[in-house]
Amino acid sequence: MSFQYAPAPESTAIVNIKSANGLFINGEFTPGHGTPFKTINPATEEVLAEIAQANQEDVDAAVRAARRAYDKTWSKMPGRDRGKYLFRIARLIQERAREFAVLETMDNGKPIRESRDVDVPIAAAHFFYHAGWADKLEFAGYGTNPQPLGVAAQIIPWNFPLLMLAWKIAPALATGNTVVLKPAETTPLTALLFAEICQQADLPPGVVNILTGDGDTGRMLVEHPDVNKIAFTGSTAVGQAIQRQIAGSSKRLTLELGGKAANIVFDDAPIDQAVEGIVNGIYFNQGHVCCAGSRLLLQESIAEKTIESLKRRLQTLRLGDPLDKNTDIGAINSREQLNRIIDLTKSGEDEGAQRWSPDCVIPEKGFWFAPTVFTNVTQAHRIAREEIFGPVLSVLTFRTPDEAIEKANNTPYGLSAGIWTEKGSRILAMANKVRAGVVWANTFNRFDPASPFGGYKESGFGREGGIQGLGAYLTSEESS
Amino acid sequence: MSSLEVHPAESHKGLLSFLAGLPGVDQVGAEARAAALGTRSIKKESKIWAIDMAISMVDLTTLEGADTAGKVKAMSSKALHPDPADPSTPSVAAVCVYGDLVYAAREVVGDRIHVAAVATAFPSGRASLGVKLADTKEAVAAGADEIDMVIDRGAFLTGNFGKVFDEIVAVKQACGTAHLKVILETGELKTLDNVRKASWLAMKAGADFIKTSTGKVTPAATLPVTLVMLEAVRDYYQETNTRIGVKAAGGIKTSKDAIKYLVLVNETVGDAWLTPDLFRFGASTLLNDLLLQRQKMITGHYSGPDYVTID
Amino acid sequence: MIGNDRVGVRKTHKLFIGGAFPRSESGRTYEVINTRGEFLANIAKASRKDARDAVISARTGFNSWSKASAYNRGQVLYRIAEVMEGRKEQFINDIQDAEGTSNKKATTQTDQAIDRVVWYAGWADKYSQVLGNTNPVSGPFFNFSVPEPTGVVAAVAPQDSSLLGLISVIAPIIVSGNSVIVIASMNSPIPAITLSECLATSDVIAGNINILTGDPAEIMPSLASHLDVNALDLTGITDPELHASLEIEAAGSVKRVRSSPINPQWQVTPTLSRVRAFTEIKTVWHPMGIL
Repeated sequence: MSFQYAPAPESTAIVNIKSANGLFINGEFTPGHGTPFKTINPATEEVLAEIAQANQEDVDAAVRAARRAYDKTWSKMPGRDRGKYLFRIARLIQERAREFAVLETMDNGKPIRESRDVDVPIAAAHFFYHAGWADKLEFAGYGTNPQPLGVAAQIIPWNFPLLMLAWKIAPALATGNTVVLKPAETTPLTALLFAEICQQADLPPGVVNILTGDGDTGRMLVEHPDVNKIAFTGSTAVGQAIQRQIAGSSKRLTLELGGKAANIVFDDAPIDQAVEGIVNGIYFNQGHVCCAGSRLLLQESIAEKTIESLKRRLQTLRLGDPLDKNTDIGAINSREQLNRIIDLTKSGEDEGAQRWSPDCVIPEKGFWFAPTVFTNVTQAHRIAREEIFGPVLSVLTFRTPDEAIEKANNTPYGLSAGIWTEKGSRILAMANKVRAGVVWANTFNRFDPASPFGGYKESGFGREGGIQGLGAYLTSEESS
Repeated sequence: MSSLEVHPAESHKGLLSFLAGLPGVDQVGAEARAAALGTRSIKKESKIWAIDMAISMVDLTTLEGADTAGKVKAMSSKALHPDPADPSTPSVAAVCVYGDLVYAAREVVGDRIHVAAVATAFPSGRASLGVKLADTKEAVAAGADEIDMVIDRGAFLTGNFGKVFDEIVAVKQACGTAHLKVILETGELKTLDNVRKASWLAMKAGADFIKTSTGKVTPAATLPVTLVMLEAVRDYYQETNTRIGVKAAGGIKTSKDAIKYLVLVNETVGDAWLTPDLFRFGASTLLNDLLLQRQKMITGHYSGPDYVTID
Repeated sequence: MIGNDRVGVRKTHKLFIGGAFPRSESGRTYEVINTRGEFLANIAKASRKDARDAVISARTGFNSWSKASAYNRGQVLYRIAEVMEGRKEQFINDIQDAEGTSNKKATTQTDQAIDRVVWYAGWADKYSQVLGNTNPVSGPFFNFSVPEPTGVVAAVAPQDSSLLGLISVIAPIIVSGNSVIVIASMNSPIPAITLSECLATSDVIAGNINILTGDPAEIMPSLASHLDVNALDLTGITDPELHASLEIEAAGSVKRVRSSPINPQWQVTPTLSRVRAFTEIKTVWHPMGIL
């Protein structure tokens, strides 16, 4: 006798997707001048909408609008008033939360439970948190009269579209900058809905501009001479290209790039919670997470048992319709990404690691990849080195805490790490030694607007969130 | 004085070091997992299935000082036919009463459902072993085929695990063929680490079921506590190939709650445990809410308190 | 007769790498003259290989220095100030020769430089209280952010301000536990060499501070592309094209790059911006539960 969960689909009636969409420049939706493209639902491959492509003319117009808004309105506005606009935006996101969540799931492929319980609430929280900073910047440790930089160009990825937008726009606006933001090509819809929110909040035109488009649009935005600051989240390769591109200019830059985080489990870990942490670490959001715990470092003495528990736990993961409230694993965001995951997992098999997945019914249409575990992985395998950005876990072992640290740090990346042990002094010592910007001890994948997020080494520089995150958008008079 | 009052140090060394070596439980993580499982959306035919399953798992309970034969008989009648207007409604699993009213329950239910008696100086457990064993034996003699005992929390909290163990062994012996549920009283054990330890201790001592609470202390059953107990039961099965049952008692008032517990069972130990032989709800008011929801699922409209019997 | 007729013993000016004073492995030197065009000295001309050796020493030095307690780092910095104070006269002469300033101005610069070291010594066990904090996250978690040293920093000292500017570049880098490879002012390197002699006698861990003399345009590109260098301080790079090309190299391993304002006022007490520039913020989460 078994307990089947009947389909529990979230209704899509709440969203109202326009079949053709424009760019959002100077407070209005306006047609783009490049060749429009389509955005699809990766779970069904159905076309959701036509999206405008911003060309050079559009980029210029957006930057002009942002500059004018900065010069004439936003930089002159007292922080208290900027804060009130941000509070309005936060409230509007909350009011339309269900709509945002459904739209995000349809455009991105992530389970509705995650967009509803994680993406949208934390996005709203980012606006709330930063609203309060707008009139308190002189207390933030950047001098008694820190100034905004001007126009910020912001380029965000497809894995957490609305959340990444919030991480970028909230601090920029709070500190007095205006923005031109380019959402990812495959996930523009929640950014366009956010533009509607800006209108509903009566945000002064030009403070926020949204340009949809592909990599070329992003490049044009980065290269525009009247941009003062660039904030980029995405792949290390593109981040490096941007860093090269702006060399010699006075443009400020922050980068949030890839990762290959070690999730380290000791023999005295609270094992059931550690298994949850491992699962959450790599299968949350289908593994499309820069800080995913993609390398499981298991203490050798408990490796076999833990892998057994993990496999047993994976059998209860439900893969399928992202709009079903009981779905745990949604769709891969694009065919391109799916192919990358397939290639890298094949290399894992070719290099001799053992591959395993729980039984999953894969839907016919759409892009899907069953949660996968590789055991007997070593540091020399590609799947231990390269970011897969998919629901694929590589399991390695270690004997002593020193060895765990060495293996954890032996990577050009340094975004995050997980540590599981009941021993307090070991938690703190491991947190101290691991070279990563975010350390989760006995937990994983926790985000909060008050908590600075960012990486060491090739995972990028600069932080987002918290008091430290404000620094990316401020300047103060330095004598030397 | 029982011959079981042996010196614990030597004879329970193995038990003590086993319990000390159990993995810890991170409270925040356990609570998060339980809460996440609570977000499962159980609708339509799954909900109907779950409601009927929950009804069949109820130990319909009355454990008041003011209980009388009359009260027990009325409740037992309802236990057999929870909804007089709908004979397709399943019976509950058992009635649960004090030992001295077992006879009254048996008169009504005959052999059709179980009669569980609380024993061992329920709910506090503060009495001599002799008194506890007598309590047990009398209940069994009166016709109880299930005994719900309480562990000695005082002994547990002072680390006297050997004493707790020995008492369970003795009560199990006194049960004869009756099956034994061991109440951990998790609300007094407080920490999830203690819940895990107590679960293992009870299972190793011969429990057929481990039970969260007497219902007389708050908090009684909670999802995180039950999660930890189910994990212990799962691990015990891995080791011994024996399935031990779990009873969540006290504080479960709504169908929504009950369904969350079923999801917990389903995704922690698997559907082999989704049977009254391995999972029970100790409850009184829960049954009526299950019946109201059942009626709504069948008729399509919300029901009301006049459409379920008070006992 | 002795006194003014005494033949002086002239110094060979060498590099300072790994706590020792090697010549350049290339064997090269270059001439440094004073502002009147007179010959001052032959200075070692560091090569890419010297830079590579310096990185190795710096990494080793970092592994120890970053583990030193904040208190310990403060004490080392203070000791540097003590030793510099004892060499005041030499510094004043060096600056006069190098920059052609008056004795008064050279004295002021030397005083300020030593005082700057003392200022940073006092920051060693405090900057993390200013740059770090706990974060009030929502949920049962304890969350704190701490600044950690970024690792090995390659820095170009300012071409002018041969002591004060030099110190103002070095001190904020090392106060947080980083190690540094500094390329001294090309035309005014001698104060830097005197400084390296102070460092060698100041309990500074070998490799923690390395001072190279030579042409930044020659040495910096290999440091900017070196994968074991974590950050660059391009304060002393005056050629915008070179500056841009170094930034491009830096992208190869996503190095952090700091520049300087156009007309740095070294005499003004700085902010923590330089210290902050070479730290990484690490944020740690832990659940709080007692049950």
